[in-house]
Amino acid sequence: MEPVNTDILRLATIGSVDDGKSTLIGRLLVDTRQLFDDQLDAVVNASERRGVGDLDLSFVTDGLRAEREQGITIDVAYRYASTPDRKFIIADCPGHVQYTRNMATGASTADLALVVVDVAHGLKEQTRRHLCIAALLGVRGLVVAVNKMDAVHWSSAAFQSVVDEVETVSSELGFESITCVPTSALLGDNVVDASDHTPWYHGPTVLGALESSDAGAWSNATNGPRLPIQWVLRQPGGGRTYAGMVNGDTLHSGDVVTLLPAGIETTITALNTLHSGADTQAGAGLSIDVALADETDAGRGDLLARAPLPRVTRDVTATVCWFGERPLTTGSRLRLKHTTRVTPARIVALDGVVDVSTLTVHDGDELRTNDIGLVQLQTADPLVVDDYRDNRVTGSFVLIDEVTNATVAAGMVGRAAFL
Amino acid sequence: MTLTPLRPQTTTDHLSLLESHAVYILREVAAECERPVLLFSGGKDSAVLLHLAVKAFAPGRLPFPVMHVDTGQNFPEVLTFRDQTVANLGARLLVASVQDAIDRGRVADPGPHGARNRLQTVALLDAIVEHGFDAAFGGARRDEDKARAKERILSFRDAFGQWDPRQQRPELWQLYQGRVNAGEHLRAFPLSDWTELDIWQYIEREHVALPPIYFAHERDVVRRDAMWLAVNEFIQPRPGEHVERRLVRYRTVGDATCTGAVESDAVTVDAIVREVATANVSERGATRADDRFSETAMEDRKREGYF
Ligand SMILES: Nc1nc2c(ncn2[C@@H]2O[C@H](COP(=O)(O)OP(=O)(O)O)[C@@H](O)[C@H]2O)c(=O)[nH]1
Ligand SMILES: [Mg+2]
Repeated sequence: MEPVNTDILRLATIGSVDDGKSTLIGRLLVDTRQLFDDQLDAVVNASERRGVGDLDLSFVTDGLRAEREQGITIDVAYRYASTPDRKFIIADCPGHVQYTRNMATGASTADLALVVVDVAHGLKEQTRRHLCIAALLGVRGLVVAVNKMDAVHWSSAAFQSVVDEVETVSSELGFESITCVPTSALLGDNVVDASDHTPWYHGPTVLGALESSDAGAWSNATNGPRLPIQWVLRQPGGGRTYAGMVNGDTLHSGDVVTLLPAGIETTITALNTLHSGADTQAGAGLSIDVALADETDAGRGDLLARAPLPRVTRDVTATVCWFGERPLTTGSRLRLKHTTRVTPARIVALDGVVDVSTLTVHDGDELRTNDIGLVQLQTADPLVVDDYRDNRVTGSFVLIDEVTNATVAAGMVGRAAFL
Repeated sequence: MTLTPLRPQTTTDHLSLLESHAVYILREVAAECERPVLLFSGGKDSAVLLHLAVKAFAPGRLPFPVMHVDTGQNFPEVLTFRDQTVANLGARLLVASVQDAIDRGRVADPGPHGARNRLQTVALLDAIVEHGFDAAFGGARRDEDKARAKERILSFRDAFGQWDPRQQRPELWQLYQGRVNAGEHLRAFPLSDWTELDIWQYIEREHVALPPIYFAHERDVVRRDAMWLAVNEFIQPRPGEHVERRLVRYRTVGDATCTGAVESDAVTVDAIVREVATANVSERGATRADDRFSETAMEDRKREGYF
């Protein structure tokens, strides 16, 4: 068979309610003919039955009964599209503030954020909140659809004023790549096909911008390879290999690595990938298993790393997005999952609460649902961490309610540069 | 405005990334849950899932049993394939039987030709309770249906087995956390991000064995509900329908009373990959009567505890 050589770009839509995120994704899928005939028929039928016109494109992703009844997005929908050399995994996120946890779910694995802004309204507080969360989550590239251009007579001045706002916020938040596109998701202008209504615009369409974005952005890391151990595989004859997914730089057979938190230096004597078996190297995102030169008691929760090494610590300074129903306060006890380790944790200090509209930090005694705060945590077992900005895997954790087992917070080790 | 777009980089191919992600999920859930089980129907998605599970724990044995939720209305080729596959692996096969549930009076008998798809939920949930499973791996994919498109990779089920789409747990990064209280359980979907085409490309790359009904063959069929249904002990021609012999294959394999065949001359995996890449109708749209009851048929079944 021909070698399959496509990469994967993961993107998440962000922005305020009703600015057109779901419609834009529907448009993108319809105009690239990624929807099957029966799926398109079903959307047409549902549109008619709910009295919303011939074809409500938001129904392509808003698939739940309640979403269609209320005309809103409640939870993330994942959709898939492909071009000859790229597979797209699209997370269409909800805009409402009470569903921020779902937006964070969609954005946490995204290489890129597709921001949708209603040109007539500019950046709303909710859009700023989403941009702030996306920046915290380490998204560095934005494609901004300045949408509903049809409603402002395709005014280049209206477009430019949103672009200016986006530029101001983005430079504060530190996004590295921004492409603003004037669109009408409703009519299809500049989504897949270039528009006749915007002769003053010379940039790419939304699809064009997505096709030229960096597909590996999520796993970009600025430090050495890390292999959190998930599972110990017993080999015939008595040896063991250690299985996990590589992150950070590429790991090689022969690398000198340190087993953490124990701090034992050893060498990788064999490296197996799922596809090739014995191999010489494996990059980020590959599940592998490795054999070590020395006898160790390595197991799940431990981590193999090559220099520069992560820190071993029980005291973590972090930024958290709080999703719990009850407030988070100093003294709160939770479980914490970091890489493949779960340990009890306690909040020892709340250093501040982030105001997402001004991007300033103020004092506070508690984090309420959907607040973002700066905290200090102590864990029962040592963690092996990098700062989140250096590595999204070893820098991230979730907090778990001890009674309900619900996931109640997304945590990032260290402070974002803009806070 | 365009600031420097980030450099496009050539990365690992998509099948290797999907494979690695699925294996990662299998290992996380196996490590965090006490009693997982892998649901295996003998269909292509569950064959791929089982293949991945074997790879995840090789050279060790599967650290969980395999369970078939059996409607009692099967394609015989699929049952043969199921038994052979499980025997070759030395895995432990459990069968949760819809017939049993009917005999025990847990569900009403839909009659000899009635669809039993929805009844699978009861058999599945009863088996989960009986065996004390706290996690069940399934081969569902998000591209199959708009309700599945909304579901987390680790999908929490309450003590009644129900899915609440309004109250899903946040699922951040790849920090899959599988803790549940007694009586609750998880469904884990390692193939969530795979499309039908990815599945077939992977089957081709890995030489995953499948039941023969996935490949084009001649069969007696009747046209019903815009599908070709195989004539067998469950499906007999109704007045006005006539039996035809056609070259067909199956795109999905489910209950024999409601799974339709598609016309195809694809006898090799390579030919199927090409066929799937250019298909105009979705696999469930083409072949599943059970999804046609209403706009939200899948969501309604999932809320009750369906796969
Ligand atoms: N005039 C106009 N309306 C639009 C456009 N895009 C979306 N809409 C409408 O805006 C409303 C909200 O769209 P939706 O996609 O659900 O927004 P979301 O909440 O961001 O997902 C719907 O009524 C759409 O038809 C556009 O480009 N022009
Ligand atoms: Mg929406």
